[in-house]
Amino acid sequence: MWAFIHKLGSPKWFYGISAKLEPWFWVAAALLIVAGTVWGLAFAPADYQQGNSFRIIYVHVPAAFLAQSIFVSMAVAGLVFMVWKIKVADMAAAVMAPLGAAMTFVSLFSGAVWGVPTWGTWWMWDARLTSMLILLFLYLGVIALRGAFTSRDSASRAASVLAMVGVINIPIIKYSVDWWYTLHQPASFTMTSRPAMPTEMWLPLLIMVLGFYSFFIALTLMRTRNEILRRESNKRWVRELVQEA
Amino acid sequence: MSLRLQAQQLACERDDRWLFQGLDVDIHSGEVVRIEGPNGSGKTTLLKILSGQLSDYHGELYWNDQPMREVREHFLTNLLYLGHAPGVKTGLTALENLSWYQALDGQRGSESERLDALAIVGLAGFEDVPAGQLSAGQQRRIALARLTLTPRALWVLDEPFTAIDRHGVAALEAQLVAHANSGGCVIVTTHHELASSPALRRIELG
Amino acid sequence: MLQETTEVAPRLKEPGEGLALALTATLKRDLVLMLRRRGEVLNPLVFFALVITLFPVGISPDPDLLALIAPGLLWVAALLAALLSLDSLFRSDFDDGSLEQLLLAPQPLAALTLAKVAVHWLLTGLPLALMAPILGIMLALPAGSYLVLAVSLALGSATLSLIGAIGAALTVGLARGGVLLSLLVLPLYIPVLIFGAGAVQAAIAGDSVSAHLAILGALLAAALMLAPWAIAASLRISING
Repeated sequence: MWAFIHKLGSPKWFYGISAKLEPWFWVAAALLIVAGTVWGLAFAPADYQQGNSFRIIYVHVPAAFLAQSIFVSMAVAGLVFMVWKIKVADMAAAVMAPLGAAMTFVSLFSGAVWGVPTWGTWWMWDARLTSMLILLFLYLGVIALRGAFTSRDSASRAASVLAMVGVINIPIIKYSVDWWYTLHQPASFTMTSRPAMPTEMWLPLLIMVLGFYSFFIALTLMRTRNEILRRESNKRWVRELVQEA
Repeated sequence: MSLRLQAQQLACERDDRWLFQGLDVDIHSGEVVRIEGPNGSGKTTLLKILSGQLSDYHGELYWNDQPMREVREHFLTNLLYLGHAPGVKTGLTALENLSWYQALDGQRGSESERLDALAIVGLAGFEDVPAGQLSAGQQRRIALARLTLTPRALWVLDEPFTAIDRHGVAALEAQLVAHANSGGCVIVTTHHELASSPALRRIELG
Repeated sequence: MLQETTEVAPRLKEPGEGLALALTATLKRDLVLMLRRRGEVLNPLVFFALVITLFPVGISPDPDLLALIAPGLLWVAALLAALLSLDSLFRSDFDDGSLEQLLLAPQPLAALTLAKVAVHWLLTGLPLALMAPILGIMLALPAGSYLVLAVSLALGSATLSLIGAIGAALTVGLARGGVLLSLLVLPLYIPVLIFGAGAVQAAIAGDSVSAHLAILGALLAAALMLAPWAIAASLRISING
């Protein structure tokens, strides 16, 4: 177990193994997203209440899932970095943050666009959107904190601690916002908590979610590999790699 | 009493630059160890590692032949560290500053002890003046009063002679040697040249 | 002039108890320091009153409207006022080297930082909570909610001090940490704001407030358990920045 963790932690080993894995995730992401998009947009039935505008959930929901998962992954990577001092974990956390923020933004934006036909306005203080907005601020905080330190080691640790503090708070924030929302705006309808969605509607959604996750993994692997090369540029194995190329 | 602080294969990497590598240190009672090296060679970092502040190093630290992380509390109980900044609150008087340090040390202490310690560092008559009104050298002397007030076996001093006048420097140097001779141990960085003494040892960095 | 000293042979000491002593001494030290700079203690209170003054001026002096938004306004303004003094929580200790000494004390750092946070709450959160009812009168806050306002603020601001101290500890090593500190800490303040302002609104509506106060209490208990460790870890990071 220990040996395995430390092997995984070696940038060189990770660089090699991720090179093998990365293409598979790209392929999976491309296939799933294309299939999900075509199915969701062209073949899934229109919603009995919202008509075709509901189809934005095929972007909104996967982005929202990913936005939350990335924060959790970032915190886990931070924990791994703090406990086992594995640098690759920190590199992954560093590249995940902007991607997570981008996904949060996508889910917010798609939510706002969806609001126009549904609520007749670009923005409603809907529980889901409000939580997402707070999540975006949490991401921005982590990114800003990492950028504020001159020493990268300290930046990594500080960002890890903040991500862990944030991840403990996310459920608390989410439940308190839900509670707040039901108190102030009862009986308005939200995007996804609706009575049973028919299979031909949720199956493409599931495919899209899987596609987004594959995309996230592929992109994280790619960007972590870049980060490894950047940070380890003075190590011998990287120099040899460059000379071979 | 004997004391031993050991570091094996100590290495420290800050932001992908090795400050030092493969450093073996073995420090015993009765020694004044001067860490030497040019600016940026990692003297302060080494002191921070040896005083248990930095955990970000490779290699092993031993305190009295036991791994540091198991006996950290015992180690800290016997350590007195003075860093670049003297750790003196400008809003408090010299006496108030010292009484906080005594309390951190776990002792209530008495006013007369504190007055004596201040007299030794030449601050008699300044006991009740807010430290902010004292000179930099006097503020550092408040910090140095802790050497006698809260006796610890191991002193780790980062540039303790800064801002101290010539007489003060001589007296402090004598105090370091006396501490070592009585069985204590001193690790120090300084640009001031220490007079050679049988207790003096050097560790060269960089 | 440093005099010749007769050196007594130093003994290796065993770690003692002394935590209670160190805690009270730190508490007392910080209280004395803050009370000697009364301006810094008063500033958040003045800021609180000022911000509250801005709203009738900026929105409308209509008492009905003000009464409607008063619970939220009072809570948001108090929260911002508490945030204001957060940046200085560890800064002077960091600058003069006492923070290093605090980290090297044989006592657990998490406990010692708790003493510092307690001082912050005693001199910021608690006065704000006591002052809020007066500003409530000026905002035509309906009768019957004043006690709940003060209690919810007193309870909630303790949680805010604890969470805020994490942010303060993370940014203390940065030259300009102030704005960043707000960015880090404000999103984490939202649950406290929701239940704090919710308690006052419930009191106005005549509902039971015990659920709100219980949740504020639970948040405080959780913060008391977890925040000290995060503060301690953050301080160790900052000191080596």
